Amino acid sequence: MQIPVVRNILEANTNVADTLKTFFAQKGILVLNLMSSPGAGKTTLLERTLTDLRNELRMAVIEGDLQTDNDARRVAATGAQAVQINTEGGCHLTASQVQEALKSIDLTGLDILFVENVGNLVCPAEFDVGEDFKVALLSVAEGDDKPEKYPLLFHISAVMLLNKIDLLPYVDFDMDKASRHARTLNADISLFPVSARTSEGLTAWYDWLREKVRAKRA
Amino acid sequence: MHELSIAQSLLALIEDEMAKHDNKRLVTVKVKHGRLSAVVPEALAMAFEVMTTDTRLAGAQLVMEESPVVLRCRTCGREFSPESPSAAFAPCPGCGEELGHTVLSGRELYIEYLELE
Ligand SMILES: Nc1nc2c(ncn2[C@@H]2O[C@H](COP(=O)(O)OP(=O)(O)O)[C@@H](O)[C@H]2O)c(=O)[nH]1
Ligand SMILES: [Mg+2]
Ligand SMILES: [Zn+2]
Repeated sequence: MQIPVVRNILEANTNVADTLKTFFAQKGILVLNLMSSPGAGKTTLLERTLTDLRNELRMAVIEGDLQTDNDARRVAATGAQAVQINTEGGCHLTASQVQEALKSIDLTGLDILFVENVGNLVCPAEFDVGEDFKVALLSVAEGDDKPEKYPLLFHISAVMLLNKIDLLPYVDFDMDKASRHARTLNADISLFPVSARTSEGLTAWYDWLREKVRAKRA
Repeated sequence: MHELSIAQSLLALIEDEMAKHDNKRLVTVKVKHGRLSAVVPEALAMAFEVMTTDTRLAGAQLVMEESPVVLRCRTCGREFSPESPSAAFAPCPGCGEELGHTVLSGRELYIEYLELE
């Protein structure tokens, strides 16, 4: 007996993510899911962002990246709230893990909740965690063929931050190629070449954040 | 290696559907995965096998079928399936447009049917 089913295998995660989306919409909190390879600079970018915008926006971080176990501490050193999720070796965060972590965050007056996902270009792309936007980070040190090799991530991301541009003179990275490939399946992706080390280019990223916070509050 | 958690979700759905059908024995489950979805079939098969051993699903067959990526050109509207292994960087065969293709299919990951007896 054949029974047609046609059910999305990840529907349980999607359902929790949808619940979170409704919740964040009510609260007017902008939620960003930050994804990259290990070491591309997610935590460094967060440290910069939290420091530079702290007088302007209330921000908190859910840390799912265990590459370095002091990520949550690095982020907390900026004065922002940070909660570390123990992913127990998992390769991506799930919506339920984020839901659980929310219990440890004071959401009062919060403008932005950053979720630093596990360093991995494949798995996190399949799992919504209730975010408004996915933000892909690509460092120029890891090669300009990443958008071509991992099309899904760049297809579903609203932003591609090209980090470590201070290293451009020392690496073989074709900016034009990387951005063209990212835009093949995503014409509207916002591209920001930045250096989380020198702060170059961060103004455009901050403007994007301000604009999205405003839109979310409205 | 998120195939383990995909297998977990898959098993939960299977149990749910079996309960709706008098818990008849599972013979086959058919899964469709788009080429853009991040699933490695061998890894999912392995995870499925490991997780069903010594359960009432033991011996059930997992059949997987990859569905192609289908894009629509934003300039001329032509629908096409890129041949490149990455399925990403594909100029439109009609007009050469490289950017902004719409993904019509290729992202799906779902159970198509169960075979019970
Ligand atoms: N040269 C350079 N190094 C950077 C930059 N951003 C981060 N890094 C370095 O890259 C390494 C990994 O950064 P981290 O933020 O921990 O990466 P994550 O794993 O993505 O969170 C650290 O040694 C950072 O100091 C940058 O813009 N330029
Ligand atoms: Mg980190
Ligand atoms: Zn065309």
